[in-house]
Amino acid sequence: MNGVTVEARATAAGPVRDLPTTPKRPRRRPGQWKRLGWVLFFLLPSAIPLFVFTLIPMVSSLWVSLHQWNLISPMKWVGFGNYANLLGDEMTRRVFLHTLIYVVGYLPLVYVGGLLLALALNQKLKGRSFLRATYFLPVVTSWVVVALVWKWLLNPTNGLVNQVLGAIGLPEPGWWTDPQWALPAVMLSSAWKDLGFVMVILLAGLQAIPGELHEAAMVDGSSPWQRFWRVTLPLLSPSTFFVVVISLINGFQVFDQVYVMTAGGPAGSSQVVVGQIYDLTFRYGRAGEASALSWILFAVILLITVVQIRGQRRWVHYA
Amino acid sequence: MRDTRSLPARLALYAAVLVGAAIMLFPFLWTVITSITPEGSLADGPKLVVDDPTLNAYRTLLDAIPMWRIMLNSLGIAIASTVLQLVTGAMAAYGFARLQFPLKNVVFGFYLATLMVPLQVLVVPLFIEMKTLNLQDTYFALLAPTIASAFGVFLLRQAVTAVPLELDEAATIDGAGHLRIFTTIVLPLIRPALATVAVFAFMGSWNSFLWPLVVIRSPEFMTLPLGLSTLQGQFTTQWDVVMAGSVVSIVPIAVVYLLAQRHIIAGVAHTGIK
Repeated sequence: MNGVTVEARATAAGPVRDLPTTPKRPRRRPGQWKRLGWVLFFLLPSAIPLFVFTLIPMVSSLWVSLHQWNLISPMKWVGFGNYANLLGDEMTRRVFLHTLIYVVGYLPLVYVGGLLLALALNQKLKGRSFLRATYFLPVVTSWVVVALVWKWLLNPTNGLVNQVLGAIGLPEPGWWTDPQWALPAVMLSSAWKDLGFVMVILLAGLQAIPGELHEAAMVDGSSPWQRFWRVTLPLLSPSTFFVVVISLINGFQVFDQVYVMTAGGPAGSSQVVVGQIYDLTFRYGRAGEASALSWILFAVILLITVVQIRGQRRWVHYA
Repeated sequence: MRDTRSLPARLALYAAVLVGAAIMLFPFLWTVITSITPEGSLADGPKLVVDDPTLNAYRTLLDAIPMWRIMLNSLGIAIASTVLQLVTGAMAAYGFARLQFPLKNVVFGFYLATLMVPLQVLVVPLFIEMKTLNLQDTYFALLAPTIASAFGVFLLRQAVTAVPLELDEAATIDGAGHLRIFTTIVLPLIRPALATVAVFAFMGSWNSFLWPLVVIRSPEFMTLPLGLSTLQGQFTTQWDVVMAGSVVSIVPIAVVYLLAQRHIIAGVAHTGIK
């Protein structure tokens, strides 16, 4: 601790005469309690709720995951048994596979769609802010509403989408009633909802690209196609990175729209990890396994995020 | 940038963005149309122009669930959680950015740790905690996990750090204490960050589904997403009623959105730029 900071702190905490002359015994400092009081005043309003409603549940979730428990009878210690069971379980593999299929289908849809919209809105265009607001509207709509509206649009018998497909002579899928089409139905509706979010992030990224770079490339005789691949896309990579990281984190936690549209069905064909956590706890009374599964999911998300952050040096260019 | 594009290229661009807008808007329009189509004509799908529009679905809806109460619940909880997150977040941000105390980094590390853990990990023990405290099925239970958000603290701390320290020092010389510096100097200067946090807090609460689904049983404490999802079970094939419920829950947020659209979009865009 050097003299400058001590002085600065003394000024911040009170008059200079409170300055401690013997810093060896900090407990006796006259301003100390007052200063601690301010720290508590500013931090406790957030620290107490975070401790009680996040940190304690976090630790007890770990504790529960080491037990067999149906929420009612006493807990039975099983050590890492839940984890071992889950990792060897066919069901776990299936719910992770479904979640992965969802993410792999959803991410390109939402990224390419969002990028096209962002590129279009980055042009000189009449009614640009109206269009931007329109594309963003689904983002502020709740997942449950989006899922219900799309469940109706994708209704196999009298939904709008199949009526249109039928009218132009295309096959009419069973969507959420068909094990083959249940996950694609969820992907489509999720991409529709998140398109505006991705567009806004990418548009902000596009607008941060200096115009001179495009002009320089144009002077060099490049085609618009070349400029897109060589200038726009590389300079957009920080925004792309943000979108990919956020989409993967949210994608692996997908639940609301699946619960509403398919409830994991038909025949478990669209059951995702969080849906399985919910069912294990509240339908099958296997809270221990549910907690263990939630930690496995957390580990997977953490791993994927860390790998992306490590790997960003290869393709993300910060201007 | 000068508009160097040819006329066909420009027309194609407009056509593309308008088709995009139609894809985004049409589902909302279809929801309204379905909700006013008589139940009997739904079997072949509703028509774009409804022959004999009716508000029957809305009447059925209001009889089935306490819709007004549910809407007020959603609004009240969203506002309360936004205000609480702003207050607790801004205070913590000031504490971390401006006060010195032992183990500050460790404490901040704990805050960040809570940020990383997804809600799904917490749902089971949080539910048990609420049950033990006999708080399940209450407004407090709905609010509890959103009183403070580490995300808000993190974002606001960045903003407070960006406020020049000289301003604090000048105020200190004028005899201002922490509370005065916080309320009259720091808070006004971090308004954009506060707006961003407010947008995320409000949308997060308004759209939250998993936690209410777990902790709320009685219709009178339900929020809109939960209330709507119960409709689906009651009216499996009555899409007019389900769509009426969707319309009722879209309208308030759409109004808020139309009024604050610029700020909301700017707030979201702000998080993407480092």
